[in-house]
Amino acid sequence: MKTLLLIIAIAAVVLIILARTGAVGKKVALYVILLMIAFIMLLPFYMMFVMSTLKTNEIYSFPPILTFGSNLAENFKNMTAAVNLPRAFLNSCIVTFCYVILVLFFCSIGGYAFSVYDFPGKNLLFAILLGTMMIPATASMIPWFIMMSKFGWINDYKALIIPSCANAFGIFWMRQYCQNNVPKALMEAARIDGCSEWTIFFHVIAPILKPAYASLGIMNFVNQWNEFTQALLILRKEKYYTLPLLLRSMVSDRGNDYGAIMLASTCAVLPLLIAFLSASKFFMDGLTAGAVKE
Amino acid sequence: MKAVMKKNRFLAALYQYRVAYVYIAPFFILFTIFNLFPMAYGFFLSFFRWDGLSAMHFNGLNNYINLFKDVLFWKALRNTLFIGIIAHIPILLGGLVLAYILNSKLVKGQNIFKTIYFMPMVTSSVAITIIFQNLFGFNYGLINWFLSLFGEAPINWLGGDGSLIKVAVIVMFAWKWVGWNMVIYLAGMQGISNDIYEAAAIDGANHTQIVFRILIPLLKPIILFTLIQSTIGMFNLFTEPFVLTGSSWTGGTNNGGLTLMIYLLNKAPQGGTLYGYASAVAYVITIMIVIISVFLNTVMADKDPMGGGKKKGRRNRA
Repeated sequence: MKTLLLIIAIAAVVLIILARTGAVGKKVALYVILLMIAFIMLLPFYMMFVMSTLKTNEIYSFPPILTFGSNLAENFKNMTAAVNLPRAFLNSCIVTFCYVILVLFFCSIGGYAFSVYDFPGKNLLFAILLGTMMIPATASMIPWFIMMSKFGWINDYKALIIPSCANAFGIFWMRQYCQNNVPKALMEAARIDGCSEWTIFFHVIAPILKPAYASLGIMNFVNQWNEFTQALLILRKEKYYTLPLLLRSMVSDRGNDYGAIMLASTCAVLPLLIAFLSASKFFMDGLTAGAVKE
Repeated sequence: MKAVMKKNRFLAALYQYRVAYVYIAPFFILFTIFNLFPMAYGFFLSFFRWDGLSAMHFNGLNNYINLFKDVLFWKALRNTLFIGIIAHIPILLGGLVLAYILNSKLVKGQNIFKTIYFMPMVTSSVAITIIFQNLFGFNYGLINWFLSLFGEAPINWLGGDGSLIKVAVIVMFAWKWVGWNMVIYLAGMQGISNDIYEAAAIDGANHTQIVFRILIPLLKPIILFTLIQSTIGMFNLFTEPFVLTGSSWTGGTNNGGLTLMIYLLNKAPQGGTLYGYASAVAYVITIMIVIISVFLNTVMADKDPMGGGKKKGRRNRA
């Protein structure tokens, strides 16, 4: 360990001295730090891509192979023989899209109602809603599972979709957005024109809420797409597996064809990663929206 | 007579706003069925012995007593706290430092760096863990190879006596969350108006003073938010150690990677059928989360030199 620590210490000292030499030195030192961390962040992704093109015995070789190999086609064949990846992809899509659509629907009508109607009991109900956000979900986990099995929802996507599709955070988030962006005059005008409350919401209000739909949708999409713990408890049969479950089963149940496993991981990760890279600002704003705006 | 009229008016108001009640009903109905009822039922269940099929046996406080007597529970708690506390150092400090660097006018390409640091957040934890499992490999992993360049003997991260599994989990945890914290802190820093820095500079504050007296206090609500989030994340830590130890329900060698969540799910419904006992574990975990959240809230709220209300307003406007 000594040599390594020594080298790290020397590097740190060099960087600090560099930063003290003036504006240019400081700039260089900051870039070195940023680039080093960027390298560490990218390395596992790079290794995943590399390993999905290597033979299994090449993956286990030492020193590790750091450049792309030529075994991609073979790995693909092994992977398709071992698991039904498209099926898992489809399952993930079903769960995630159904969940996101329901979340957007229920949370937007809920948030809208809390924002524009002055109904009796509104403040109390909203306080209750906020209070529920403070309670960690862990407490209800075991009875939730018992309930799902009593409902016959084991191996059923309903168990992953229905219980949390009208969540407090989403309603809170939509209410904040409605309060800042829905002009009451617009509703009045629509009412005078003889629109019913449903029509007002779907034709007048919903289009205004588009940006809020986007943020909340992204947030819930990413979380649900990568959800693991609940899915592990609920989905027991392989034909119902979502992508994370399929990956886990490849590692733990099927031995060690690591080339195929890495290729499956790549396939599972890539769609969302490409979507993220092509609209990263949009994703980051959406995912951190709850944190930044409170 | 008056009471009847009042009642009628109230009913009329309820009727007039029936749409609003319909709109908010889904949340309250679903929450009652799928959260409130299970929560109450879990509390009830934690005093019983039940395997999920046969009759329940009242067990008094025995579940809780057995829980506190269980060596494995303490091991899981120690592991969870150790991972959580150590992992907070890189994600808090690293997040703040990186955000500060990116917020300074000296570097360009802010969006590129942000995007790269944020990439793990959109990636499935299972896939990440599979890669890291490989990188931490004993005879072939990239990390041991890197160490061997400096003349180190290979380290058995995931095997051995199991104590290094925690280190691997911490590395993964930090790798995943540092970008998330950084993006949130950066957004907070960008919300602070430049006037404040300039005013401080005119008053003769130096760089260190600006960071510790102005920047950090102003970011406090955001830091508190990320801390509470990652505390909850820490107690729910499951996927990473579980997959890293090859889907082991006991946390790998010597229970080195056993976290509270693995311990809980191993009692029921995955490993066994001790539903009553598992409910007791879930309640203990929940109470710990609540205590730590309240503690963080009070500690962070106390020392507040700038006046909490004002700075909140400033940030929200930005």
